[in-house]
Amino acid sequence: MSPADRFSRLPDLLAADADLRRRGRWLNVECRVDIGAEPFYLDIRDGGLAALQRGPRLLKSVAFCLRGSEDAWRRHWQAPPAPGWHDLFALTKRGAASIDGDLRPLLQNLQYFKDLLALPRRLPETL
Amino acid sequence: MAPALDPMIGRYVRLEIDGVAHRLYFEEAGPAGGGAIPLVCLHTAGADGRQFRHLLADPEITRHYRVLAFDMPWHGKSSPPDGWEREEYRLTTASYTAAVLAFCHALDLDRPVVMGCSIGGRIVLNLAIEHAREFRALIALEAADFQQPWYDTAWLHRPDVHGGEVCAALISGLIAPQSPSVNRHETLWMYMQGGPGVFKGDLYFYRVDGDLREKIKAIDTSICPLYLLTGEYDFSCTAEDTLRTAAQIPGAEVQVMKELGHFPMSENPAKFREYILPVLERIARQRT
Repeated sequence: MSPADRFSRLPDLLAADADLRRRGRWLNVECRVDIGAEPFYLDIRDGGLAALQRGPRLLKSVAFCLRGSEDAWRRHWQAPPAPGWHDLFALTKRGAASIDGDLRPLLQNLQYFKDLLALPRRLPETL
Repeated sequence: MAPALDPMIGRYVRLEIDGVAHRLYFEEAGPAGGGAIPLVCLHTAGADGRQFRHLLADPEITRHYRVLAFDMPWHGKSSPPDGWEREEYRLTTASYTAAVLAFCHALDLDRPVVMGCSIGGRIVLNLAIEHAREFRALIALEAADFQQPWYDTAWLHRPDVHGGEVCAALISGLIAPQSPSVNRHETLWMYMQGGPGVFKGDLYFYRVDGDLREKIKAIDTSICPLYLLTGEYDFSCTAEDTLRTAAQIPGAEVQVMKELGHFPMSENPAKFREYILPVLERIARQRT
Protein backbone atom coordinates (compact mmCIF):
# COMPACT_ATOMS: atom_id res chain seq x y z
CA MET A 1 0.00 0.00 0.00
CA SER A 2 1.46 3.38 -1.01
CA PRO A 3 1.76 6.20 1.55
CA ALA A 4 -1.04 8.03 -0.28
CA ASP A 5 -3.26 4.94 -0.06
CA ARG A 6 -2.53 4.77 3.66
CA PHE A 7 -3.43 8.43 4.12
CA SER A 8 -6.71 7.91 2.23
CA ARG A 9 -7.79 5.77 5.20
CA LEU A 10 -7.78 8.86 7.42
CA PRO A 11 -11.60 9.20 7.69
CA ASP A 12 -11.96 5.72 9.21
CA LEU A 13 -8.95 6.20 11.47
CA LEU A 14 -10.26 9.50 12.85
CA ALA A 15 -13.80 8.18 13.18
CA ALA A 16 -12.41 5.44 15.40
CA ASP A 17 -10.62 7.93 17.69
CA ALA A 18 -13.22 9.71 19.82
CA ASP A 19 -10.54 11.23 22.06
CA LEU A 20 -8.76 12.95 19.19
CA ARG A 21 -12.07 14.33 17.89
CA ARG A 22 -12.84 15.58 21.41
CA ARG A 23 -9.51 17.38 21.59
CA GLY A 24 -10.15 19.00 18.20
CA ARG A 25 -13.73 19.97 18.91
CA TRP A 26 -13.05 23.75 18.60
CA LEU A 27 -11.36 23.37 15.24
CA ASN A 28 -12.90 24.25 11.87
CA VAL A 29 -10.44 24.63 9.00
CA GLU A 30 -9.70 23.60 5.44
CA CYS A 31 -6.11 22.57 4.81
CA ARG A 32 -4.03 20.54 2.38
CA VAL A 33 -1.62 17.68 2.97
CA ASP A 34 0.61 16.46 0.15
CA ILE A 35 1.77 12.86 0.27
CA GLY A 36 4.59 13.05 -2.24
CA ALA A 37 3.07 14.45 -5.45
CA GLU A 38 -0.49 13.65 -4.42
CA PRO A 39 -2.53 16.39 -2.70
CA PHE A 40 -5.28 15.70 -0.16
CA TYR A 41 -7.78 18.38 0.86
CA LEU A 42 -9.06 18.10 4.42
CA ASP A 43 -12.24 19.83 5.52
CA ILE A 44 -12.17 19.61 9.31
CA ARG A 45 -15.39 20.45 11.18
CA ASP A 46 -15.56 20.34 14.98
CA GLY A 47 -12.52 18.05 15.04
CA GLY A 48 -14.02 15.52 12.61
CA LEU A 49 -13.36 15.06 8.91
CA ALA A 50 -16.33 16.46 7.00
CA ALA A 51 -14.53 15.67 3.75
CA LEU A 52 -11.24 14.28 2.48
CA GLN A 53 -10.69 14.92 -1.22
CA ARG A 54 -7.86 13.11 -2.97
CA GLY A 55 -6.18 14.60 -6.03
CA PRO A 56 -5.75 18.08 -7.51
CA ARG A 57 -8.56 20.66 -7.13
CA LEU A 58 -8.00 23.74 -9.30
CA LEU A 59 -7.93 27.07 -7.43
CA LYS A 60 -9.08 25.50 -4.17
CA SER A 61 -8.21 27.79 -1.28
CA VAL A 62 -6.87 26.40 2.00
CA ALA A 63 -5.56 27.93 5.24
CA PHE A 64 -2.25 26.08 5.12
CA CYS A 65 -0.49 23.34 3.24
CA LEU A 66 1.75 20.63 4.62
CA ARG A 67 3.98 18.83 2.16
CA GLY A 68 6.11 15.76 2.74
CA SER A 69 7.94 13.39 0.44
CA GLU A 70 6.63 9.83 0.05
CA ASP A 71 9.71 8.58 1.84
CA ALA A 72 9.15 11.01 4.74
CA TRP A 73 5.59 9.80 5.34
CA ARG A 74 6.56 6.16 4.93
CA ARG A 75 9.23 6.53 7.60
CA HIS A 76 7.00 8.71 9.80
CA TRP A 77 4.36 5.98 9.86
CA GLN A 78 6.68 3.13 10.81
CA ALA A 79 5.94 1.69 14.25
CA PRO A 80 8.02 2.81 16.00
CA PRO A 81 9.44 5.48 13.71
CA ALA A 82 13.22 5.85 13.59
CA PRO A 83 14.93 8.83 15.26
CA GLY A 84 14.66 11.97 13.16
CA TRP A 85 11.51 10.74 11.36
CA HIS A 86 9.18 10.53 14.37
CA ASP A 87 7.74 14.05 14.56
CA LEU A 88 6.34 16.63 12.15
CA PHE A 89 9.08 19.12 13.07
CA ALA A 90 11.77 16.47 12.88
CA LEU A 91 10.67 16.13 9.24
CA THR A 92 10.64 19.88 8.56
CA LYS A 93 14.00 20.39 10.30
CA ARG A 94 15.66 17.80 8.06
CA GLY A 95 13.95 19.23 4.95
CA ALA A 96 11.75 16.18 4.27
CA ALA A 97 8.55 18.21 4.82
CA SER A 98 7.45 21.83 4.67
CA ILE A 99 4.55 23.96 5.86
CA ASP A 100 3.25 27.20 4.36
CA GLY A 101 0.20 29.42 4.53
CA ASP A 102 -1.61 30.71 7.64
CA LEU A 103 0.01 28.65 10.40
CA ARG A 104 -2.22 30.02 13.15
CA PRO A 105 -4.88 27.27 13.08
CA LEU A 106 -2.07 24.70 12.95
CA LEU A 107 -0.25 26.12 15.97
CA GLN A 108 -3.50 26.67 17.88
CA ASN A 109 -4.26 22.97 17.50
CA LEU A 110 -0.77 21.60 17.15
CA GLN A 111 -1.05 18.38 19.16
CA TYR A 112 -4.31 17.58 17.36
CA PHE A 113 -2.62 17.92 13.97
CA LYS A 114 0.45 15.95 15.01
CA ASP A 115 -1.76 13.12 16.23
CA LEU A 116 -4.04 13.34 13.18
CA LEU A 117 -1.11 13.08 10.78
CA ALA A 118 0.34 10.15 12.72
CA LEU A 119 -2.90 8.10 12.53
CA PRO A 120 -1.79 5.98 9.52
CA ARG A 121 0.87 4.52 11.85
CA ARG A 122 -1.97 2.47 13.32
CA LEU A 123 -2.51 0.60 10.06
CA PRO A 124 -0.68 -2.74 9.74
CA GLU A 125 2.60 -2.20 7.86
CA THR A 126 1.86 -5.18 5.62
CA LEU A 127 -1.12 -3.35 4.08
CA MET B 1 -2.37 3.10 57.88
CA ALA B 2 0.79 5.16 57.43
CA PRO B 3 0.64 7.80 54.68
CA ALA B 4 2.40 6.86 51.44
CA LEU B 5 4.99 9.65 51.43
CA ASP B 6 7.56 10.23 48.71
CA PRO B 7 11.03 10.62 50.24
CA MET B 8 11.86 14.12 48.93
CA ILE B 9 11.21 17.23 51.00
CA GLY B 10 10.31 20.61 49.48
CA ARG B 11 11.40 23.95 50.96
CA TYR B 12 11.98 27.59 50.00
CA VAL B 13 15.34 29.32 50.27
CA ARG B 14 15.85 33.09 50.33
CA LEU B 15 18.84 34.32 48.36
CA GLU B 16 20.08 37.09 46.14
CA ILE B 17 20.89 36.63 42.45
CA ASP B 18 22.85 39.55 41.01
CA GLY B 19 21.72 41.69 43.95
CA VAL B 20 18.02 40.91 43.47
CA ALA B 21 16.09 39.15 46.22
CA HIS B 22 14.58 35.78 45.26
CA ARG B 23 12.61 33.04 46.99
CA LEU B 24 13.42 29.76 45.30
CA TYR B 25 11.63 26.48 45.75
CA PHE B 26 13.68 23.31 45.85
CA GLU B 27 13.27 19.66 46.70
CA GLU B 28 15.91 17.44 48.17
CA ALA B 29 16.45 13.84 49.21
CA GLY B 30 19.35 11.92 50.63
CA PRO B 31 21.68 12.59 53.55
CA ALA B 32 22.93 16.15 54.08
CA GLY B 33 26.08 14.98 55.87
CA GLY B 34 28.07 11.80 56.32
CA GLY B 35 30.06 12.19 53.15
CA ALA B 36 27.09 12.32 50.80
CA ILE B 37 27.85 14.15 47.54
CA PRO B 38 25.57 17.07 46.66
CA LEU B 39 23.95 16.57 43.24
CA VAL B 40 22.21 19.69 41.92
CA CYS B 41 19.73 19.06 39.09
CA LEU B 42 18.77 21.72 36.52
CA HIS B 43 15.46 21.35 34.70
CA THR B 44 14.78 22.09 31.02
CA ALA B 45 13.47 25.37 29.58
CA GLY B 46 9.87 26.17 30.48
CA ALA B 47 9.61 23.36 33.04
CA ASP B 48 10.52 22.88 36.71
CA GLY B 49 12.31 20.62 39.17
CA ARG B 50 9.57 18.00 39.19
CA GLN B 51 11.29 16.52 36.15
CA PHE B 52 13.77 14.96 38.60
CA ARG B 53 11.26 13.43 40.99
CA HIS B 54 12.24 9.88 40.05
CA LEU B 55 15.91 10.53 40.81
CA LEU B 56 14.94 12.14 44.10
CA ALA B 57 13.03 8.99 45.01
CA ASP B 58 15.72 6.49 43.94
CA PRO B 59 17.43 4.92 46.97
CA GLU B 60 20.29 3.68 44.79
CA ILE B 61 21.11 7.33 44.10
CA THR B 62 20.35 8.88 47.48
CA ARG B 63 22.55 6.25 49.13
CA HIS B 64 25.59 8.25 47.95
CA TYR B 65 24.08 11.56 46.90
CA ARG B 66 22.16 14.43 48.43
CA VAL B 67 19.98 15.22 45.41
CA LEU B 68 18.67 18.78 45.10
CA ALA B 69 16.39 20.11 42.35
CA PHE B 70 15.42 23.77 42.42
CA ASP B 71 12.90 25.62 40.31
CA MET B 72 14.57 28.45 38.41
CA PRO B 73 13.18 31.94 39.10
CA TRP B 74 9.88 32.35 37.16
CA HIS B 75 9.45 28.54 37.04
CA GLY B 76 7.43 26.05 39.08
CA LYS B 77 6.94 27.31 42.64
CA SER B 78 9.76 29.88 42.45
CA SER B 79 8.14 33.25 41.93
CA PRO B 80 9.51 35.88 39.61
CA PRO B 81 11.21 38.78 41.42
CA ASP B 82 9.23 41.79 42.62
CA GLY B 83 8.37 44.04 39.70
CA TRP B 84 8.24 41.18 37.20
CA GLU B 85 5.15 42.71 35.61
CA ARG B 86 7.25 45.57 34.24
CA GLU B 87 9.79 43.50 32.32
CA GLU B 88 10.00 40.82 29.66
CA TYR B 89 11.66 37.72 31.04
CA ARG B 90 14.90 36.81 29.28
CA LEU B 91 17.37 34.27 30.57
CA THR B 92 21.02 34.96 29.71
CA THR B 93 24.25 33.03 30.15
CA ALA B 94 25.23 35.44 32.92
CA SER B 95 21.90 35.39 34.80
CA TYR B 96 21.60 31.61 34.54
CA THR B 97 25.15 31.03 35.75
CA ALA B 98 24.55 33.46 38.61
CA ALA B 99 21.36 31.62 39.65
CA VAL B 100 23.09 28.23 39.78
CA LEU B 101 26.05 29.59 41.76
CA ALA B 102 23.75 31.50 44.14
CA PHE B 103 21.78 28.35 44.90
CA CYS B 104 24.93 26.29 45.54
CA HIS B 105 26.37 29.01 47.81
CA ALA B 106 23.09 29.60 49.69
CA LEU B 107 22.87 25.88 50.49
CA ASP B 108 26.57 25.86 51.37
CA LEU B 109 27.23 22.91 49.06
CA ASP B 110 30.79 21.64 48.99
CA ARG B 111 31.91 21.12 45.38
CA PRO B 112 28.62 19.68 44.19
CA VAL B 113 28.00 17.66 41.05
CA VAL B 114 25.70 19.58 38.72
CA MET B 115 23.52 17.75 36.22
CA GLY B 116 21.44 19.84 33.83
CA CYS B 117 19.20 18.99 30.91
CA SER B 118 18.72 20.97 27.68
CA ILE B 119 19.27 24.62 28.69
CA GLY B 120 20.48 23.10 31.96
CA GLY B 121 22.95 21.05 29.94
CA ARG B 122 24.11 24.11 28.03
CA ILE B 123 24.73 26.04 31.25
CA VAL B 124 26.62 23.05 32.65
CA LEU B 125 29.02 23.52 29.72
CA ASN B 126 29.41 27.15 30.74
CA LEU B 127 30.11 26.08 34.32
CA ALA B 128 32.82 23.81 32.93
CA ILE B 129 34.28 26.78 31.02
CA GLU B 130 34.15 29.39 33.77
CA HIS B 131 33.82 27.66 37.16
CA ALA B 132 35.25 24.15 36.84
CA ARG B 133 37.13 24.26 40.15
CA GLU B 134 33.91 24.77 42.10
CA PHE B 135 32.44 21.43 41.02
CA ARG B 136 33.27 17.77 41.62
CA ALA B 137 31.87 16.67 38.25
CA LEU B 138 29.47 18.01 35.64
CA ILE B 139 26.81 16.12 33.71
CA ALA B 140 25.25 17.68 30.62
CA LEU B 141 22.10 15.99 29.33
CA GLU B 142 20.85 16.84 25.82
CA ALA B 143 23.59 19.45 25.52
CA ALA B 144 25.72 20.95 22.78
CA ASP B 145 27.69 24.12 22.22
CA PHE B 146 25.08 25.23 19.67
CA GLN B 147 21.98 23.81 17.99
CA GLN B 148 20.11 24.71 14.84
CA PRO B 149 16.70 26.28 15.67
CA TRP B 150 13.68 24.37 14.36
CA TYR B 151 10.76 26.80 14.93
CA ASP B 152 9.95 30.47 15.50
CA THR B 153 9.68 31.14 19.25
CA ALA B 154 7.24 34.01 18.56
CA TRP B 155 4.51 31.33 18.60
CA LEU B 156 5.18 30.62 22.28
CA HIS B 157 3.69 33.83 23.67
CA ARG B 158 0.85 35.55 21.87
CA PRO B 159 -2.80 36.06 22.81
CA ASP B 160 -4.34 33.98 20.02
CA VAL B 161 -2.41 30.77 20.79
CA HIS B 162 -2.64 28.99 24.17
CA GLY B 163 0.90 29.23 25.51
CA GLY B 164 0.85 26.10 27.64
CA GLU B 165 -0.67 23.93 24.95
CA VAL B 166 1.56 25.11 22.13
CA CYS B 167 4.71 24.74 24.27
CA ALA B 168 3.73 21.18 25.17
CA ALA B 169 2.73 20.30 21.61
CA LEU B 170 5.99 21.61 20.18
CA ILE B 171 8.21 19.70 22.59
CA SER B 172 6.08 16.54 22.51
CA GLY B 173 7.99 15.44 19.41
CA LEU B 174 11.25 15.46 21.37
CA ILE B 175 10.03 12.55 23.51
CA ALA B 176 10.96 9.09 22.27
CA PRO B 177 8.02 7.06 20.91
CA GLN B 178 9.03 4.20 23.23
CA SER B 179 8.60 6.29 26.40
CA PRO B 180 5.66 5.20 28.58
CA SER B 181 2.49 7.18 27.94
CA VAL B 182 2.06 8.14 31.60
CA ASN B 183 5.57 9.62 31.79
CA ARG B 184 5.19 11.33 28.43
CA HIS B 185 2.04 13.07 29.54
CA GLU B 186 3.40 14.04 32.95
CA THR B 187 6.32 15.67 31.11
CA LEU B 188 3.89 17.52 28.84
CA TRP B 189 1.73 18.64 31.77
CA MET B 190 4.67 20.52 33.28
CA TYR B 191 5.06 22.43 30.02
CA MET B 192 1.37 23.26 30.00
CA GLN B 193 1.77 24.83 33.44
CA GLY B 194 4.55 27.27 32.59
CA GLY B 195 4.01 31.01 33.07
CA PRO B 196 3.31 33.19 30.01
CA GLY B 197 6.46 33.90 28.01
CA VAL B 198 8.74 31.92 30.34
CA PHE B 199 9.64 29.14 27.88
CA LYS B 200 10.25 31.79 25.24
CA GLY B 201 12.42 33.78 27.67
CA ASP B 202 14.47 30.67 28.46
CA LEU B 203 15.06 30.08 24.77
CA TYR B 204 16.60 33.53 24.46
CA PHE B 205 19.53 32.02 26.34
CA TYR B 206 19.43 28.89 24.22
CA ARG B 207 19.25 30.54 20.83
CA VAL B 208 20.63 34.04 21.07
CA ASP B 209 22.88 34.50 24.09
CA GLY B 210 24.23 31.04 24.85
CA ASP B 211 26.29 30.18 21.78
CA LEU B 212 29.37 28.49 23.25
CA ARG B 213 31.10 27.47 20.01
CA GLU B 214 34.01 29.84 20.54
CA LYS B 215 34.49 28.96 24.21
CA ILE B 216 34.07 25.22 24.34
CA LYS B 217 37.75 24.40 23.76
CA ALA B 218 38.62 26.10 27.07
CA ILE B 219 37.11 23.20 29.04
CA ASP B 220 39.72 21.26 31.02
CA THR B 221 38.34 17.92 32.18
CA SER B 222 41.41 17.29 34.33
CA ILE B 223 40.05 20.00 36.64
CA CYS B 224 36.46 18.75 36.56
CA PRO B 225 35.24 15.60 34.77
CA LEU B 226 32.49 16.19 32.21
CA TYR B 227 29.88 13.69 31.05
CA LEU B 228 27.56 14.27 28.09
CA LEU B 229 24.52 12.07 27.47
CA THR B 230 21.94 12.63 24.73
CA GLY B 231 18.86 10.68 23.71
CA GLU B 232 18.77 9.39 20.14
CA TYR B 233 15.24 10.78 19.57
CA ASP B 234 16.22 14.34 20.49
CA PHE B 235 16.08 16.24 17.21
CA SER B 236 16.54 19.61 18.95
CA CYS B 237 19.93 18.73 20.42
CA THR B 238 20.79 15.82 18.17
CA ALA B 239 23.23 13.07 18.98
CA GLU B 240 25.44 14.58 16.25
CA ASP B 241 25.36 17.97 18.01
CA THR B 242 26.52 16.39 21.26
CA LEU B 243 29.16 14.20 19.60
CA ARG B 244 30.53 17.24 17.72
CA THR B 245 30.72 19.15 21.03
CA ALA B 246 32.37 16.28 22.91
CA ALA B 247 34.94 15.82 20.14
CA GLN B 248 36.29 19.29 20.95
CA ILE B 249 36.74 18.58 24.67
CA PRO B 250 39.62 16.20 25.47
CA GLY B 251 38.61 13.78 28.20
CA ALA B 252 34.85 14.39 27.95
CA GLU B 253 32.81 11.20 28.27
CA VAL B 254 29.93 11.01 25.80
CA GLN B 255 27.08 8.58 25.36
CA VAL B 256 24.06 8.40 23.04
CA MET B 257 21.07 6.96 24.89
CA LYS B 258 18.88 4.53 22.95
CA GLU B 259 15.09 4.90 23.00
CA LEU B 260 15.26 8.22 24.86
CA GLY B 261 14.54 11.78 23.82
CA HIS B 262 15.08 15.28 25.16
CA PHE B 263 13.68 14.64 28.67
CA PRO B 264 15.32 11.38 29.75
CA MET B 265 14.80 11.79 33.51
CA SER B 266 11.05 12.39 33.22
CA GLU B 267 9.98 10.75 29.94
CA ASN B 268 11.39 7.32 30.78
CA PRO B 269 12.92 7.21 34.28
CA ALA B 270 13.58 3.46 34.19
CA LYS B 271 15.48 3.65 30.91
CA PHE B 272 17.43 6.77 31.97
CA ARG B 273 18.45 5.00 35.17
CA GLU B 274 20.35 2.41 33.11
CA TYR B 275 22.54 5.21 31.75
CA ILE B 276 22.89 7.59 34.68
CA LEU B 277 23.55 5.12 37.52
CA PRO B 278 26.94 4.01 36.13
CA VAL B 279 27.93 7.66 35.66
CA LEU B 280 26.98 8.54 39.23
CA GLU B 281 28.80 5.45 40.53
CA ARG B 282 31.95 6.48 38.68
CA ILE B 283 31.77 9.98 40.14
CA ALA B 284 31.21 8.59 43.63
CA ARG B 285 34.30 6.38 43.25
CA GLN B 286 36.41 9.17 41.76
CA ARG B 287 36.89 11.01 45.08
CA THR B 288 38.44 8.05 46.90
